[in-house]
Amino acid sequence: MSDSFNPDAWRPAPFLPEADAHDVALVFVVAVLCFLACLTALGVIASDRAARGWTEDLTSEATVIVRPAATESPDTAAARAAEALAGAPGVLEARALERAKAEALIAPWLGANADLEDLPVPRLVVVSLDPKTPATAASLDRALKAAGVDALVDDHSMWIADIRRGADLARWFGVGVFLLIAAAAAGVVAFATRAGLASRREVVETLHLTGAEDGFIAQLFQARFARIAAVAGLFGAAGAAIMGAGLRLIGGGAGLTPVLPIHWMDLLAVLPCPLAAAVVAALAARFTAVALIREMA
Amino acid sequence: MRYGRAPETLRGLNFALGQGSFHFVTGPSGAGKSSLLKLMYLAARPSRGVVHLFGQDVATVAAHDRPFLRRRIGVVFQEFRLLDHLSAFDNVALPLRIAGRKPDTYRHDVAELLAWVGLKERMHAMPPTLAGGEKQRLAIARAVVNRPDILLADEPTGNVDHDMGLRILRLFVELNRMGTTVLIATHDQDMVARSGMPVLHLERGRLVRS
Repeated sequence: MSDSFNPDAWRPAPFLPEADAHDVALVFVVAVLCFLACLTALGVIASDRAARGWTEDLTSEATVIVRPAATESPDTAAARAAEALAGAPGVLEARALERAKAEALIAPWLGANADLEDLPVPRLVVVSLDPKTPATAASLDRALKAAGVDALVDDHSMWIADIRRGADLARWFGVGVFLLIAAAAAGVVAFATRAGLASRREVVETLHLTGAEDGFIAQLFQARFARIAAVAGLFGAAGAAIMGAGLRLIGGGAGLTPVLPIHWMDLLAVLPCPLAAAVVAALAARFTAVALIREMA
Repeated sequence: MRYGRAPETLRGLNFALGQGSFHFVTGPSGAGKSSLLKLMYLAARPSRGVVHLFGQDVATVAAHDRPFLRRRIGVVFQEFRLLDHLSAFDNVALPLRIAGRKPDTYRHDVAELLAWVGLKERMHAMPPTLAGGEKQRLAIARAVVNRPDILLADEPTGNVDHDMGLRILRLFVELNRMGTTVLIATHDQDMVARSGMPVLHLERGRLVRS
């Protein structure tokens, strides 16, 4: 009984029924999709960082394989090459690797029991390049030729190209997965909007016949599903951030593996997720609602 | 007018309602009374023929203008069409909210109207808890709250007692005096006779008397 009803205290109720039995299922599905999207984003960021690190390592060094002349020992040739390169522009340091280190480098391919004594193991010179104005393979080659050393310069460009190609692939793969997940989320929301409109058909018809515009009714559904998706996005993003933090804690400074070095700042990447989920859901709900309301009309 | 491939439910109808007029539509069940009202409150389109409303052919009204046309029409639906998740007060306030009015401009009018139709004690009751007659009065209050230019009522006194029926009729007459065109579809011959208003009589979708 409402003899205590006070019109001055009345506040308009929402036009649509607030709760729906399907809401929990929708929140769960969208939260899982958001979780996967955030993990994809973290994976792309981490793999990109790893690729950049490897590229920097490789571009900061060059390797010179020395081919000693018949008249001098391999160690002497390597020492001469190192001396010639140390003074070249764009070189910070050049040092010849001892035979033991060179053998250690090829040991994994020949096995632990291989007798390397009689093998003509090539001597290597490791050249540290100036990161600001690094020497090119051609300038190193010229310096070696000027010193009369026969050698092959490897500036790692082949490996760098492979790593960059791999990083680009990983990035595009991540973007593709991200878009796929966004499309799946939009599909789920469109389906939920359709179901929501069907279950509220009478409400929609009454609003319509009372003079509500199509856009006004669509806006009700748009706002409702945007709100649900934002909550789901929050759960998904929080889940992904917790998992990212866990990987960071387990893996230490380098992350869980050298391939995926996660930094604390990377976890900020999940922050836009609730907003992005809300925008995708709002757009999907609006397009679906407008189309269905026109069908009903 | 026809539903799908069914035979025409209305045909050969030709009449005009003057601005500020008051008419009843009578006829046996299935004569087409509700279909006629549906055409007039823009819930259906004629399969042939023309419906003019406020001087416009409704078939030529742009989709984005139809809601504004509907806001000028108050409808008492036979099945009430109350929103079960809204209180009685919210249901009556609905057309005003949709029209974009601020709550402070109508909250006391809504309360007064609900009191007038005998629902003063049921303002925040939800429709599923209301009796049939209470729902009907609520539906009537919602239809008239916006002082529409046309009031279309489909069996508005079917679920109320004689005294309340008279009270509702007085409300319609009062609205009509203020300029609202009223068209009431009814089986209630007593109400028709008591009002002395003109009658459009339908049989099998045709207008047989007016």
